[in-house]
Amino acid sequence: MYIIVIGGGRLGYYLLKALLKEGHEVLVLEKDARVCKTITDELGSVCFRGDGCEAATLAEVGTGRADMFVAVTGDDEDNLVACQIAKHKHNVPRTISRIRNPGNAVLFKKLGVDVTVSSTDLIIESIEREVPTHPVTQLLTLDEKGLVIVDVKIPPESSTVGKAVKDLDLPRDSKLALIIPTEGSAHVPAAHTVLHAGDQVIAITPPESKEALRAALSGK
Amino acid sequence: MKILIMGCGRVGARLASLLDEDGHEVTILDNDTYSFRRLPPSFGGTALFGNGTDEEALKKAGIEDADIFVAVTQGDNRNVMSCQVAKHIFKVPRVVCRIYDPLREEMYNALGLETISPTKIFAQLLREKIEG
Repeated sequence: MYIIVIGGGRLGYYLLKALLKEGHEVLVLEKDARVCKTITDELGSVCFRGDGCEAATLAEVGTGRADMFVAVTGDDEDNLVACQIAKHKHNVPRTISRIRNPGNAVLFKKLGVDVTVSSTDLIIESIEREVPTHPVTQLLTLDEKGLVIVDVKIPPESSTVGKAVKDLDLPRDSKLALIIPTEGSAHVPAAHTVLHAGDQVIAITPPESKEALRAALSGK
Repeated sequence: MKILIMGCGRVGARLASLLDEDGHEVTILDNDTYSFRRLPPSFGGTALFGNGTDEEALKKAGIEDADIFVAVTQGDNRNVMSCQVAKHIFKVPRVVCRIYDPLREEMYNALGLETISPTKIFAQLLREKIEG
């Protein structure tokens, strides 16, 4: 696959290395001559100095035959414009953009960017996972399905402790996938499975039902 | 008319004060309050601190009932992004976008934005002057 990466910063650099390792043909576009030279010195001629938002530059690096186009600069607006030019001028089948402002996800999709990855959201989710008292942790976002996989902890004081799954008032669009007790092995919940204090429940839900799911599981 | 201008540079500030003089309801947005020094003391509109690519900031600036949105920051991409937010998210009836880069300007024009490339216009103007 021919993959073009816009932005040779830390993210672009490590992405380049990972993609090269997988055997893809990769080219990084980077505006800064020094950054470009550092990459070229280390990894060979895989970095082109130029502005990824200029149609002429994109034509020069053969964007027309690219299978994938990934914009990972630190500026949302630059990533958006680069992806739009790749899509509309060069018909790249798959464009991926990093976004820093999570609120931009909807806009980018609307404007034709195929996939957005919010670095801010990913970092927040990872940190939240480490906070012991955090009631709901988002583990994974299944963007195309409009679902998220979450981890809900059952606090000892909750009224659902001792209740069976079938007696919980779960949102209709949420499904429990797995229960991980504090001791013993994880099991798939059945209708009669009883919740215990400290259980971790892994569930699949649309993002808008996340709060209702938490309330149903912890009884408040 | 309610007019929202993003970017209080030389062009933005001048445009804001001209439209204000004409009796329009003008709000000008910039992410650096120091830029507002360019507005004349007589300016009767609103100068607001905020990032014009951010939906919340645009809401605060009253984009939801603006008749016209004009983007004249230094960054082509910032202008393009905020104009697309104004047009596609907030459905502002008229959106005008400055894009220095003529190639980018042509593409976004083809995509339905009302665009102006000062580069193209000024080069043409100079050519006419020189060739007489």
